[in-house]
Amino acid sequence: MKAKGQVHRYGDNVDTDVIIPARYLNTSDPKELAEKCMIDIDKDFIVKVKPGDIMVAGKNFGCGSSREHAPIAIKASGISCVIAETFARIFYRNSINIGLPIIECEEASKDIEANDEVEVDFDSGKIYNLTKNKHYQGQAFPDFMQRIIKAEGLINYIKQR
Amino acid sequence: MGMTMTQKILAAHAGLEKVSSGQLIEVNLDIVLGNDVTAPVAIREMEKLNTKKIFDKDKIALVPDHFTPNKDIKSAENCKCMREFAIDHDITNYFEIGEMGIEHALLPEKGLVVAGDVIIGADSHTCTYGALGAFSTGVGSTDMAAGMATGQAWFKVPSALRFILTGKPSKWVSGKDIILHIIGMIGVDGARYKSMEFVGDGIENLTMDDRFTIANMAIEAGAKNGIFKVDRNTIKYMNEHSVKPYTIYRADEDAVYDENYEIDLSKIRPTIAFPHLPENTHTIDNIEDIKIDQVVIGSCTNGRLDDLRIAAKVMEGRTVAKGMRVIVFPATQKIYLQALEEGLLSTFIKAGAVVSTPTCGPCLGGHMGVLAAGERAVSTTNRNFVGRMGHVESEVYLASPAIAAASAVTGKISGPEELGL
Ligand code: SF4
Repeated sequence: MKAKGQVHRYGDNVDTDVIIPARYLNTSDPKELAEKCMIDIDKDFIVKVKPGDIMVAGKNFGCGSSREHAPIAIKASGISCVIAETFARIFYRNSINIGLPIIECEEASKDIEANDEVEVDFDSGKIYNLTKNKHYQGQAFPDFMQRIIKAEGLINYIKQR
Repeated sequence: MGMTMTQKILAAHAGLEKVSSGQLIEVNLDIVLGNDVTAPVAIREMEKLNTKKIFDKDKIALVPDHFTPNKDIKSAENCKCMREFAIDHDITNYFEIGEMGIEHALLPEKGLVVAGDVIIGADSHTCTYGALGAFSTGVGSTDMAAGMATGQAWFKVPSALRFILTGKPSKWVSGKDIILHIIGMIGVDGARYKSMEFVGDGIENLTMDDRFTIANMAIEAGAKNGIFKVDRNTIKYMNEHSVKPYTIYRADEDAVYDENYEIDLSKIRPTIAFPHLPENTHTIDNIEDIKIDQVVIGSCTNGRLDDLRIAAKVMEGRTVAKGMRVIVFPATQKIYLQALEEGLLSTFIKAGAVVSTPTCGPCLGGHMGVLAAGERAVSTTNRNFVGRMGHVESEVYLASPAIAAASAVTGKISGPEELGL
């Protein structure tokens, strides 16, 4: 499994309230949620984002509420992978459970800049920065989580059992 | 190597003699919780499983608290989805408006959670029940769906930070000041993926309401869960509220902690978290004049009876500053009624505050007190992120009920001492 696209870059502690503000939580429709994704820190995001693009951020990405609407909005906006130095735990778990690929890598998080072209190989955890001609080693998922991701989320994984 | 309190509870629920940090396990659940925002998503996910069956109709709790009483048509549809699911599946613990409250105040009060339980809730502040010596943690809607169907959830066993509390908090210092002090010290990701275990003699000096407030905000330090050692106050609380059997787990003598923090509660001063992160803390002693527009007293963090009593004590016989909006929202119907019978609500109303029915409303900028651009609020809630209570250019200062009430009177961030109390 691979992802490739242009980078949208954010800082540390991007919380779920800015990924999708609570005032839009009266719906759970992915398309409607995507239209408001990142609106409180980057209102142009939803205009700029193209299918396959990659989101890169600093520490503690997705902190705050447990709303699954946050990874759902990111995924529905077209983002194919989120790279961060670290993720907040509920966001991490929700992303795996809904099948949004995410990867932790300090070096990539520090080095990649907005608009860089980046490719991620999920099996090896390798991240290639095609613009800068560099690569970084991210953390590959443990087996158990790989199985959930391969099944495209927890619900399918349970169904298969 | 011994196990922490959390590890012992997880091991017992996974049917294992021993677990260690980093291990992936599947555990049996005692309660699965959802609200009007997260449950509809979970219900739709559950439908994909092609199963009509839930694991146990007595072990699922559904609480419509976020956008209720229904804020708009979409919220009404969400509540309807949850209500119909509850009726279809004959869910015992579905709480309609008149018997409800904010989920994390409601579940302990209804006796649904006790020491030794494993609880997941599709709401990040599910960590609140750690105050009772349970393992409880927030998850997303998909985990909730899987939990409702199978009665199980997967976890990575966490390592832990230990907080050894000693001493007695001084007057006007409460659970909120203690947890804000701790978050200021370790940061919003200081406990990421970990348990925060609270032990030490100082716990005896904390009311159960203080402990709920502290455990509630463990997530604001990034923790998986917060958990308190069980003492006689915990047992008294459980006996008064629950008929469920409980199990007390203590950490092994040789349990290993990533870090130990000794905290003398008598040294903690009233603490406020400035925008836009809960770690951005200052004590009341070193802040300048900060004018405010709105005060919010309530929520799953500080909407319990003790909190309202403290706020009423400060506001008694005083009036709120001219032009100030003060919103008090008790966390449950029972608390609301007790506050009414004790005369607390009339104190608030006479002072010029509004009193709202239990709801999450203002806490998440949902309804009932949303902020405009440039406005500032002092709030007893738990989050002050950008746009949390309304416009992206509004500001939220997190504080205890004592500070919130004093600020309501003076119109700027103040402690009760400023009023000669
Ligand atoms: S009161 Fe606030 S923090 Fe608590 S459950 Fe409601 S929205 Fe969440």
